[in-house]
Amino acid sequence: MDWEAFWLTIRLGGLTVLLLIPLAIITGRWLAATRMRGRAIVEAGLALPLVLPPTVLGFYLMTAFGAGGWFGQMFERLFGQTLVFTFEGLLAASLIVNIPFAVQPIQRAFEAVGPELREAAASCGLTRWRTLWRIELPLAWPGILTGTVLTFAHTLGEFGVVLMVGGSIPGETRTIAIAIYDRVQAFDEAAAGQMAAVLLLVSLVTIAASYLLTQRIGRRYG
Amino acid sequence: MGEGLSVRLRQDAPIPLDVTFSVAPGEAMALVGPSGSGKTTTLRAIAGLYRPAEGHIACNGTTWFDGAANANMPARQRRAGLVFQSYALFPHLTALANVMEALSDMPRAARRDAAMALLARLHLDGLEDRRPAQLSGGEQQRVAVARALARRPDVLLLDEPFSAVDRVTRRKLRRELAELRRDLPMPVVLVTHDLDDVTRLADRICVMHKGCILQSGSVSDVMARPASAEIAELLDLATDDA
Repeated sequence: MDWEAFWLTIRLGGLTVLLLIPLAIITGRWLAATRMRGRAIVEAGLALPLVLPPTVLGFYLMTAFGAGGWFGQMFERLFGQTLVFTFEGLLAASLIVNIPFAVQPIQRAFEAVGPELREAAASCGLTRWRTLWRIELPLAWPGILTGTVLTFAHTLGEFGVVLMVGGSIPGETRTIAIAIYDRVQAFDEAAAGQMAAVLLLVSLVTIAASYLLTQRIGRRYG
Repeated sequence: MGEGLSVRLRQDAPIPLDVTFSVAPGEAMALVGPSGSGKTTTLRAIAGLYRPAEGHIACNGTTWFDGAANANMPARQRRAGLVFQSYALFPHLTALANVMEALSDMPRAARRDAAMALLARLHLDGLEDRRPAQLSGGEQQRVAVARALARRPDVLLLDEPFSAVDRVTRRKLRRELAELRRDLPMPVVLVTHDLDDVTRLADRICVMHKGCILQSGSVSDVMARPASAEIAELLDLATDDA
């Protein structure tokens, strides 16, 4: 069992959730309420990682993050290091890949709150901030939880993009999905099986916990 | 600009509107007309939830909307208590918390007592800890009225307040609201299809059709002497719809 790869994956998933979910809440809330003309184009752009083959997405990210890419150059100038084959690069790729998994459930949840409750809040004299904090966020909470779980679970299992952007550097970019692949290539099926079982267990516990929580919230609001 | 509510709205599209009326403090005005006549749009414009193309809305000397000056006070700043047709109660909050939300400009310590007093006034004692889903339709309607009054509104707006309850509850709620209304100092604007609501709750009536007021006056006058056959027909239609 490659515990180093396991904890690196958990750290990657945790940081992705921590950085992406607040941005997804802002974006999801905005998309749920905006009547902007180009909304469909923005939504399509954000959903793109869902339909692009991971290797294609990984290739573009690798090109953009590399020393020849604009983003890679900018990052190198700012932080003195390149993004490809580093944990930071992996995290940046993970944030991009997970956008639809985080934004879509949160956007749907804010849409389900509906304009009437927002109007009722305004009629009650609530400020926009208080409406968001007291009315919209508690009601959209199941969607935010789903977005969090999907993002975390998807990060645990992501393979193609991770391999393209990060390679397989132990302690830096080798996630558990890559470690399983490496072990299979080395005909070490016992280690691969062990790691696959741990990944299965973690994913199952995460999903079950989110379903239980969502059910409890659903019962509370009747 | 005097006390009470004065409303003048005008636009050609998307919903045609040409409406002028005023309501004195303590007076109740019923807007009556078929679906699509613009009565709910008028109510929403007063509440600040709909911005008409032109017009002027003022309440107790304060301008809420002035199309010519491009001035539009946001809904959250207008002291308008609105009871939505579907009540629009916050489903995750208890009856007490729903009412307390509308008191958020009050000192924190005073909010609970004020909300409890309002719930008691609406005969909701003992139900303060229930969420909307645990209340009957009639109880939900009363919470919605309590929440609208909690705003200490300069005008009370009621959008088809009894449309979501059965006939028996409707009669009971109407009686209770008529009693409550007698003590309310502010102007009340009521949108309804039901002429029984009008006769029991309103002092004056505005008959609307396609965004225009066809006739307005005291309820007894308009009912006894509709100005045209069209108005008589519309009032009959209103009776049938209810």
